[in-house]
Amino acid sequence: MRHRSLLLVTSVLATGALTLTACGSRSDDSKKSDGGGSSASNTTLTIGVDAPLTGQNSATGLGLQYGVQIAVDDANAKKLVPGVTFKVEALDDKALPATGQQNATQLVQDNNVIGAVGPLNSGVATSMQQVFATANMVEISPANTNPALTQGEKWASGTKTRPFKTYFRTATTDANQGGFAADYAYNTAKKKDAFVVDDKQTYGAGLAGIFKQKFAALGGKIAGTDHVNTGDTDYSTLVTKIKNSHADLLYYGGQYDEAQLITKQLKAAGVNIPLMGGDGIFSDTYIKVAGKASEGDLATSVGVPVTTLPAAQNFIKTYKAKKYPGDYGTYGGYSYDAATAIINAVKTVMDANGGKLPAMNDARAKVVDAVQKADFDGIAGHVSFDQYGDTTNKQLTVYQVKNGKWVAVKSGTYNG
Amino acid sequence: MHTLPQQLANGLFLGSMYGLIAIGYTMVYGIVQLINFAHGEIFMTGAFGALTVWTNLPDGTSIWVGLPLMLIGGAIVSVLIAIGAERFAYRPLRNAPRLAPLITAIGLSLALQQAIFVWYPGADNAKTFPQLGTHPYHIGSVDIQRNDIFLVAAAVVCMIGLAAFVRTSRTGRAMQATAQDPDTAQLMGIDTNRIIVIAFAIGGLFAAVAGVASGLKYGQISYNMGFQAGLKAFTAAVLGGIGNIYGAMLGGLVLGIAEACASAYIANIPGMEQLGGQGWSNVWAFVLLIVVLLVRPQGLLGERVADRA
Repeated sequence: MRHRSLLLVTSVLATGALTLTACGSRSDDSKKSDGGGSSASNTTLTIGVDAPLTGQNSATGLGLQYGVQIAVDDANAKKLVPGVTFKVEALDDKALPATGQQNATQLVQDNNVIGAVGPLNSGVATSMQQVFATANMVEISPANTNPALTQGEKWASGTKTRPFKTYFRTATTDANQGGFAADYAYNTAKKKDAFVVDDKQTYGAGLAGIFKQKFAALGGKIAGTDHVNTGDTDYSTLVTKIKNSHADLLYYGGQYDEAQLITKQLKAAGVNIPLMGGDGIFSDTYIKVAGKASEGDLATSVGVPVTTLPAAQNFIKTYKAKKYPGDYGTYGGYSYDAATAIINAVKTVMDANGGKLPAMNDARAKVVDAVQKADFDGIAGHVSFDQYGDTTNKQLTVYQVKNGKWVAVKSGTYNG
Repeated sequence: MHTLPQQLANGLFLGSMYGLIAIGYTMVYGIVQLINFAHGEIFMTGAFGALTVWTNLPDGTSIWVGLPLMLIGGAIVSVLIAIGAERFAYRPLRNAPRLAPLITAIGLSLALQQAIFVWYPGADNAKTFPQLGTHPYHIGSVDIQRNDIFLVAAAVVCMIGLAAFVRTSRTGRAMQATAQDPDTAQLMGIDTNRIIVIAFAIGGLFAAVAGVASGLKYGQISYNMGFQAGLKAFTAAVLGGIGNIYGAMLGGLVLGIAEACASAYIANIPGMEQLGGQGWSNVWAFVLLIVVLLVRPQGLLGERVADRA
């Protein structure tokens, strides 16, 4: 019987694994039409959006969607591209790579879609890049921070190669974020002993690795390192280790789901050192769940707070007036700029073609080239891309929890 | 190694929780030979039941007043769901091939998780849970949280109560008889259906206590908290000898302590730096399970009857 029950357990685990990866089939509602016609009278072009719109991360995902919506509405109202009306088609990836890939496929099959903004998660981006590259369609992410997406897997050793020429981003990378955090921790917060923990995921491990390297390079001491599993709830052994290492800062590369538990258990054990993380923990949920334990914790995030940008005031006003759901604070401005980059590129392509839109396949390829040459002032800063598709705007901000709120304590640019 | 007492204590607390949940797996398995994979979700719903009670208490209620009510609320939810699962999901499949109830259990587990995720207000993110203060007691070099004391006390009380119930009460002895031989037990006039319902109910009760203890310990609960906890508790039950209630508690404690020590000390062994730390704790937990099963296939305290072990 023992063998039989073990066999059953194995089949159970296999079934579980299958359930996790099961993909819901999505009805293909792509509208087939000859949107690539050369008529300049009035063409409608779609800008696709892919982000998590339900479930975890959805607040930020909705901020991304409506950031694009406002950019498109503004462009239509100002008739930025004469003869073209833009519209938005937003698809929900639920933060799942498989769903993101389906969405990408759906967007490239739709002959009215000229380009896409998204996704939110670096892990999802990996599954989508190839689809857009094959279709020669531009994809601009306002939120992905993993350096490998633009600089290739070997970016850390200095061999940077751009894997996909259709992929761009308006957010800067973790290479800068980790360095900026190390600089703040060592030079501004005067922390000398850092304990570095990551969650072994693409984002977290990458970020923690960069922080560790830069912090040590500045002269800081690494009091210890450890890795955790996503989904763990008990960090008591880790907390005991940190306590005995006498570190004065805990750097955590990962998401708020684990960070909020770690900070709570750390403070409960009487270790009153701040937890510092990246944009993965920069969330109101982190403060809400960790409560008082989060007080004094630090997070870096890309860009500067949208509310402090003079150029973004109209954007915020519109967002609030239309009562759009979601959180535009972190990526809303970048989403607006990403959509604007695509709209401007369409204009460039049409101007070069005598005011007409070329056939769709050709138009998509030309828009990619035009985005590469983008050079304008967006609402979140100057928009232009380097040879890897990364933004040249390397602004970052350090936030700290003060009285139960994230407060910006230092903004700046980081250039290695 | 001066952190050893603290790490042992950490493992003990974690292990008590595994043990409390493992009781549910082991009791049900001992009587109907079913691995109730939805048990992790019964643990989770117990925690949500308790939280619902807490949020409906007037503001400013002391946690010491609220805690008994939360335990009752959580227990009602867990026990009802456990009994309901038995009545509507497993009983119709009692005589079906063993694979059928197992798959049903997985389906039920997913259904309960998603039901909480969709219908419990705000459950798409972790929900905060009240705690018994967060200032630790210092005993020598060991810090102990009040919430952990509650956990250990609850585990001890529950185990003593269960042992007394199974050994001395009529129903308890009927349970033992049903576990040994359900057919003969039925011929002797034992209502086996009733015994099975009681086994599910006791499992649900213990899961609810564990759910409340988990909420107190971590200060938060989430819709997917039952998955990993359930998997670990199942491991603990197999480690201790599935079908044996003392084995479940012992397996939980061994597993908790092994995990804590593995993540604390394996990285210190020369040449093993890459294999230590919290990230490897699950790996070492399952290595332990495999080694124990190779040496003692019936588990630490398992009976030698092949069919029961």
